[in-house]
Amino acid sequence: MSAQSNRTWDRRSILRAAAGLAVAAPLAACGSNNGRGGGSGSGKRLTQMFHAYGEPGVEQALKRYAAAYKKADVATQWITSADYESKLFATLLTDNAPDVFEFHPQIQMVKSGQVADLSDIVDPVKADFNAADIKSHTVDGKIYGVRMIDDPQFFFYRPSLFEKAGVKVPETLDELIEAAAKLTTGKMKGVYLGNDLHSIVNPLIWSAGADTLDDKNRIAYHTPGVIEGLKKLRGLFASGHLLLGAPTDFWDPSSLSQGLCAIQFCGMWAMPQFQQALGDDLGIFPFPKTVDSGKPSVYNGGWSMFVNAKGDNVDAAKEYVKWLWVDQKQYQEDFATSYGFHIPPRSSIAAAATKLKSGLPAQGVKLFNDYGHFDNIGWTQAMIQATWDVIADCVRKDGDPEAALDTCDKAVTRELKKLFG
Amino acid sequence: MSTTTKPALTGPAPAKAAPARTWRGLRGSRTFNFWLFVSPFLAGLIIFIYVPIGWSVYLSFFDARFTVTPSNFIGFDNYTYMLTDPKFVHSLGTFTVFAAFIVPTTWAVSLGLALLVNRLRFMRAFFRSVFFLPTACSYVAASLIWKMSLFSGVRFGLMNTVLGWFGIDDIAWLASPDPPWYWLVIVSARLWLQSGFYMILFLAALQNIPAELYEAAAIDGARPGWQTFRHITLPQLRATSTAVVLLLLVAAYQAFDEFYNLLDKTTWGRPPLVELYYTALGTEQDYGAGSAGAVILTALIVVVTLFQGRIMGFGRGEESK
Repeated sequence: MSAQSNRTWDRRSILRAAAGLAVAAPLAACGSNNGRGGGSGSGKRLTQMFHAYGEPGVEQALKRYAAAYKKADVATQWITSADYESKLFATLLTDNAPDVFEFHPQIQMVKSGQVADLSDIVDPVKADFNAADIKSHTVDGKIYGVRMIDDPQFFFYRPSLFEKAGVKVPETLDELIEAAAKLTTGKMKGVYLGNDLHSIVNPLIWSAGADTLDDKNRIAYHTPGVIEGLKKLRGLFASGHLLLGAPTDFWDPSSLSQGLCAIQFCGMWAMPQFQQALGDDLGIFPFPKTVDSGKPSVYNGGWSMFVNAKGDNVDAAKEYVKWLWVDQKQYQEDFATSYGFHIPPRSSIAAAATKLKSGLPAQGVKLFNDYGHFDNIGWTQAMIQATWDVIADCVRKDGDPEAALDTCDKAVTRELKKLFG
Repeated sequence: MSTTTKPALTGPAPAKAAPARTWRGLRGSRTFNFWLFVSPFLAGLIIFIYVPIGWSVYLSFFDARFTVTPSNFIGFDNYTYMLTDPKFVHSLGTFTVFAAFIVPTTWAVSLGLALLVNRLRFMRAFFRSVFFLPTACSYVAASLIWKMSLFSGVRFGLMNTVLGWFGIDDIAWLASPDPPWYWLVIVSARLWLQSGFYMILFLAALQNIPAELYEAAAIDGARPGWQTFRHITLPQLRATSTAVVLLLLVAAYQAFDEFYNLLDKTTWGRPPLVELYYTALGTEQDYGAGSAGAVILTALIVVVTLFQGRIMGFGRGEESK
């Protein structure tokens, strides 16, 4: 009897312990690893947040710069998922929000008081920055971000394949579609625009002679030229000459360098990797004219540093951003040219960047200067999302472009009303 | 004799036993034990389930963009917005299609596997483990394998390689909704992931069917195979089948990972949770509308589950067999 009751008692205590553990485990999981790292005790702790750059060495470089900063411990959050913006937006609402983060200039972050005014650290060196980069970060005379790098996006191609197929560099979207057809073989598709085609939305709009928004923040993309472009793109999508479902997305150089396609839409950042894989058999050209009345275009994307205005350490964060992205020019140059190629937004650094002075990189800089369109701070993520839906609805799905643009108009108008009244 | 021992025993006892009795009394108390066992789980349930649900309901009545502590009360506006939002309504349709595919196929495949494994004479443990193993795999990992290697759109994707042997052109499985190949990718991934688990449930139920029933059936002249399966095995599995179907439906409602990871920037193939994720946590950060959608969805799940329980008799215990 007593032996038996002892046994039940044991089982009970085990159950009790297990129950306790089951509750304690998720609680413990909540508390640990918030990316802030251990403290070595040199004053304040800061967290910086970056999307995962594809080029080897970038993460180490950023951590190296941070380690060299003496006034605070800076921990790095490296976000590897494809939707950096969702992760960022969600994290910014929590206590684990980073103190500084990289993103693109978007006005809703200013309006919601999410990003701090950085005018006082940028103003003294304003003249050294690309004027367009300053403009795209300015709202009502205040500058809200420090541009780190400019990343022009254009097509990369293999001239040897063009020669073999008897194709010349396309100057219109029609010529691009034709070239894709001629370049397609049993093992290789003509052109790659990324798996979901979202990266060419803006170039398609600009090359049709339209724009995302006009100067007064009104819809400017809903034009006959854009509709024509979307129809052409649908034709290309359904032709079988477009690479789809590739293992890597447009920002990764693998599709072209591994011979899955003859032309790939990508960015300046991947140029060193392309050159390494393909040697001299590499050329670039801008997004061609969508319609005959249009003009070739290049999206001058890039990344900027912002300070979380709702963080606990706004001043320390601003000081860090000033130290790294305003004062430390050797780090800025290292970041722009040692891993991928990026165009330094500061003219003094751009002038010293010898790697970008000759050959293909110099051609990339020329495309950036001749055909480049910079970010419009009024064009926010919700509007960008709406244009992605246009591509999904009338290019990937065989929908009516007019109807797709109407749906987009509704979403953009809703957003515009919230932002500008 | 007895009269002398009694006071002797009762005399010193209270002084010694008093602390022990309260402890033992506590241990013996049903109320104390009830709370001892229930409170850890109850605390977890309240903190991680009920508080968030309550907060969702609260948020759903506010204009909560870019904040989870809103101040602008807007009544039922979020509900009107979600119920008239074609995307959200469409997502319910997507779920229905998904459930129509996945519930019967998983039911049939896991039952089939269980029947096969149950009849094995050797290496039964091995096969049982082999089929169960995918359950341990993460949905995200499986989605990435499905997307990048099995169903990649390029010529060296596994499916395209196989099709290539028959001279069929490469198919970009996930690029376009027309033809809707993406359903094949999504359903096959989930089928692989979850069939093993439900196989174990069926296996346990199969082993619970008394052998006498089969003997009696054989004596009565039932042929082994289909006839026995149809009239003995299947009815005996009714309770398990009902549970499996219910669990599958709940799992289908919760589908998120594979849709989210397999379909990039689409306007189709979004079940409710994915749609709500994009509403609340996507670019719009509209927690009010997202919460309203979540409340609508919860109400729907409750109604469907109650209805299903009613028609299938789940939870009525033994007599439902």
